[in-house]
Amino acid sequence: MTARTLAVVSAGLSQPSSTRLLADQLAAATRDELVGHGEQVTLHPIELREHAHDIVNHLLTGFPSEPLRQVLDQVTGADGLIAVTPIFNASYSGLFKSFFDLVDADAVGGRPVLIGATGGTARHSLALEHAIRPMFTYLRAVVLPTAVFAAPEDWSGGTAQGALRTRIDRAAAELAGQVHRSAPSSGPVDPFALTTDFEQLLRGGDA
Amino acid sequence: MQFGVFTVGDVTVDPTNGREPTERERIKAMVTIALKAEEVGLDVFATGEHHNPPFVPSSPTTMLGYIAARTERLMLSTATTLITTNDPVKIAEDYAMLQHLADGRVDLMMGRGNTGPVYPWFGQDIRNGIPLAIENYDLLRRLWREDVVDWRGKFRTPLQSFTSTPRPLDGVPPFVWHGSIRSPEIAEQAAYYGDGFFANHIFWPAEHTKRMVGLYRQRFAHYGHGSADQAIVGLGGQVFMRRNSQDAVREFRPYFDNAPVYGHGPSLEEFTAQTPLTVGSPQQVIDRTLGFRDYVGDYQRQLFLMDHAGLPLKTVLEQLDLLGEEVVPVLRKEFESLRPAHVPLAPTHASLRAAAEQAATDQSAGAEAGR
Repeated sequence: MTARTLAVVSAGLSQPSSTRLLADQLAAATRDELVGHGEQVTLHPIELREHAHDIVNHLLTGFPSEPLRQVLDQVTGADGLIAVTPIFNASYSGLFKSFFDLVDADAVGGRPVLIGATGGTARHSLALEHAIRPMFTYLRAVVLPTAVFAAPEDWSGGTAQGALRTRIDRAAAELAGQVHRSAPSSGPVDPFALTTDFEQLLRGGDA
Repeated sequence: MQFGVFTVGDVTVDPTNGREPTERERIKAMVTIALKAEEVGLDVFATGEHHNPPFVPSSPTTMLGYIAARTERLMLSTATTLITTNDPVKIAEDYAMLQHLADGRVDLMMGRGNTGPVYPWFGQDIRNGIPLAIENYDLLRRLWREDVVDWRGKFRTPLQSFTSTPRPLDGVPPFVWHGSIRSPEIAEQAAYYGDGFFANHIFWPAEHTKRMVGLYRQRFAHYGHGSADQAIVGLGGQVFMRRNSQDAVREFRPYFDNAPVYGHGPSLEEFTAQTPLTVGSPQQVIDRTLGFRDYVGDYQRQLFLMDHAGLPLKTVLEQLDLLGEEVVPVLRKEFESLRPAHVPLAPTHASLRAAAEQAATDQSAGAEAGR
């Protein structure tokens, strides 16, 4: 049995938020699948709202506060990532994008990512494909085929049933399978690690 | 231990009255600050080098030469000299010339510069920042140490039978520090040559400085220059003081809130907790500064940033009075009492010349003995 971690990023702004609700359901379903594969799972739920000021401060000063650094390390050190954003004006929310702008371009390469979104109308659903998927592709993450969008009609009755349930379970199975097949994460990248020596630098070798 | 001030040379509007100094006023203010530094008993004045507004110091040796003529003891240095976009030949010449004029009161701090558009103005590309710093500095060292240089590299036209003039004073090149915030390659470079490492320290969490200095010390020992705690370390610091700490906070807050670099971001309280910035009484500055030693070990040079964010010259001079009269004498005594005997002081021209003479004597004695 291997100990696995899942970072679950939710960029919902209201409390309670449907974005967080979707993130929690994706996380729970993924955890159950991984347990079924014989893995031990730790979930790290991350509410970006709680770090909103620190995210802006990091953009301006170039370094994270200690609480934000811990959250960034949870994301870059996880075996798998679930990222859920509300759709605003046909794309991810500014807070969601600002947070991922702070993730180093090499820090989540090869990492399985399940993407999800919520919106006021189902007509927003392709934002997952034209905005969120390309962003994680740029970060060289392995974005799973099933992206999960939840519209108001999906929440009718207060629980995710029917078509949404099916999509959540399919996406969770894809993420769990990908995490199960991957080598355990070696943890967050250390930006201060020396990856060369001076003789190599002097010869014009890559830093 | 050496104490001093370093300045960026920014022209910034005073947010309390909307007044912006002219370039002439700012340049003259930098000179006044340097003269004041000597007057209040500080050891070092270091100027930045920039080639874009709102900064004025594009020609550091012109300024330092002028200050040299008007001071007696003050060490003149840079923070930083752009080793990426300057021609290393010109650096070799300019600073050797300054060494002669200043009777050896000169050292330099190398830096890369992080403003992308500046590089192409000097025929370079910021993406080559590290390789430029490595190649140019290696050439600079040779120009100061070899009378005739034949050289070929990637970034500069080749040299054949070139002699950089004037030769360094007494044949002893200026001591060099390498400044960096978070590039491990630069700590490695400083360690390789046994040069000094200066951690900018300000505007960043102490953890960055601790990691970078730790790496430099470990590699300094690896390359055989001495034990890790004998490596030559300098730190930046940023303070604003009034006798009553509440007065300091009240007076500095509008400058903080509107400052370049961190303004309109974290609160003064957050930034003070997250970085070495200290706003308060002289005693608070003393306590905080002594605490730097806890995470970098015994170190050789402490420079303070005193004149940025639009602070008026009159205020800066009051700050230097407090620094020179109340803070530095205590720090000098405390740091010196804590420093183990085997940890060296910062190199000076006199100490480097003595070491070179000793090495020459040892060598000739060795040659005699081997005869």
